[in-house]
Amino acid sequence: MTESHGNSPMVYSQGLTKQFDELVAVEDLSLSIPAGEVFGLLGPNGAGKTTTIRMLSALIGPTRGQAKVAGYTIGEQDTQVRQRVGLLTETPGMYERLSAEHNLGFFAALYEVEDVPAQVERYLRMLGLWDRRHEAVGAFSKGMRQKLAIARALLHEPEVLFLDEPTSSLDPEASLMVREFIAELKGEGRTIVICTHNLNEADRLCDRIGILKTRLLAVDTPKALRRQMYGRTVVFHLAKAEPSYVSLVEALDYVHTAQLMENRLLVTLDDPEGRNPALVRALVEAGAEIQFVGELRRTLEDVYLRLVRHTEGAEVSHG
Amino acid sequence: MDKIWVMVRKEWAEVFKNRIVLFAVAFLPLIFTALPLVILYSTRSGGDTSALGMGDLPAQFAQVCGDLGGAECMQYYIISQFMLLFMMMPIIIPITIASYSIVGEKTTRTLEPLLATPITTGELLLGKALAAVIPALAATWGSFLIFALGGQILALTPAVTARLFAPLWLLAIFGVGPLLCVAAVSVAVMVSSRVTDPRVAEQLSSLVILPLLALFLSQTFGLILLDETLILWIGIVLLAIDAGLLYFAVQLFQRETILTRWK
Repeated sequence: MTESHGNSPMVYSQGLTKQFDELVAVEDLSLSIPAGEVFGLLGPNGAGKTTTIRMLSALIGPTRGQAKVAGYTIGEQDTQVRQRVGLLTETPGMYERLSAEHNLGFFAALYEVEDVPAQVERYLRMLGLWDRRHEAVGAFSKGMRQKLAIARALLHEPEVLFLDEPTSSLDPEASLMVREFIAELKGEGRTIVICTHNLNEADRLCDRIGILKTRLLAVDTPKALRRQMYGRTVVFHLAKAEPSYVSLVEALDYVHTAQLMENRLLVTLDDPEGRNPALVRALVEAGAEIQFVGELRRTLEDVYLRLVRHTEGAEVSHG
Repeated sequence: MDKIWVMVRKEWAEVFKNRIVLFAVAFLPLIFTALPLVILYSTRSGGDTSALGMGDLPAQFAQVCGDLGGAECMQYYIISQFMLLFMMMPIIIPITIASYSIVGEKTTRTLEPLLATPITTGELLLGKALAAVIPALAATWGSFLIFALGGQILALTPAVTARLFAPLWLLAIFGVGPLLCVAAVSVAVMVSSRVTDPRVAEQLSSLVILPLLALFLSQTFGLILLDETLILWIGIVLLAIDAGLLYFAVQLFQRETILTRWK
């Protein structure tokens, strides 16, 4: 499914910038997404996610910078890029008077798919729409249209798949179905870029996350982002909390911060697996009665909100 | 070429499910064909004109009729007024289809996935244009043939019928007609790519009929007379206009502007 491009990334951009008159929609975007990775592009409305996807799909040209997708240069080899990219647009956009089969057949022919009927049948069956293939799309529910739009994006077996808000405005059941389908695609080794507001979805599906607010604020795995933003925090549930425990653990050189919250002592440190035994020992020797120990789980939402609210254009990390 | 025909077939599959388009393509030619036939039939049954001499007819009739006799000349003069009706058909029919072509893609949100395919702007616009031109010309030429055959059966003498297949008519229907059609479709596609409402697109595109309407009225009131020379000149001018319009239609179709300015 994915052609080899040597060690070159499947999606690469350097200083990619898009300006509409006075408005800078995307600024200095540098990305490198290897083949087979599922990459999540997160950001508030108007952050430039759709503009980025449109540039990388060769729909609109960058104002500055360069980008390569599947080995082809944006702005110079746009037809080749479009042939190798699948795009799920924010709204499904189907010909409502035409049947599901006709809709897919039309796009498959434009993508010069070899055996159009067979490929259309394959995806209609895969997405559970085969029995309704003759019905006009106008009669379809939002979920069914979204499935059809996903099928359309996949018909020509693209090397790179761009999904813009794949589950927005879908009910929970349809969202789950779409998420499961994306997970299946991930299993097939496709390179997928997802724009989403659903942070839980991004956390579950994406290998790496990029947080965009005109500029790229951070790029890394969800786990690494959590660590970089918050460190690793160990929670000690105590029978009785004493303020002296805070100064005790803060005196240890491997502890970054410590704080008491009711009967819990929250300690931020590197390498908790290696350091916890000594930490537990120190607390017990100081008279602490430890009921149990756990790690404080930060969500991607915590990371996202902290970055978007508090970092004005400052890059945190590029992993 | 394959992608152009894929585009044409999709357009047909979509637009012919629309009753307004069906009306424009089927009903209008029927009316435009039936109208002159009914008038011809009524002039034949309205009285005996066989005794008419050329001297009994206005001077402009003689210019049109050449060697036809009095009654035949009168019939042919009436028919010749309808030549412009057959030249109007290739303008009116495709406007409904072409003016919807791009703005329709915008309103149904299909333009972005369509532009994301490897289709070029030229292929896209040519496919859209042909989807409007082909049915318009088929309907016009079909109507003309029905008119010519119907005229022979209903009203005309062989001498008058023969005139319908003379260079003047053939040039007008099969030469200038397609050129008018291409001009109308180019304008409609250009308008369609710049507006946000299909109704506005149709209304603005309809203005393209005005020059031909002026020609029709000028001939009706005897201000001009359509002959081979004038038709030939109209054809030459239209050829240049069409080339310019097709060029501008492609230049005006800015993918990025259409995608990003459309809300």
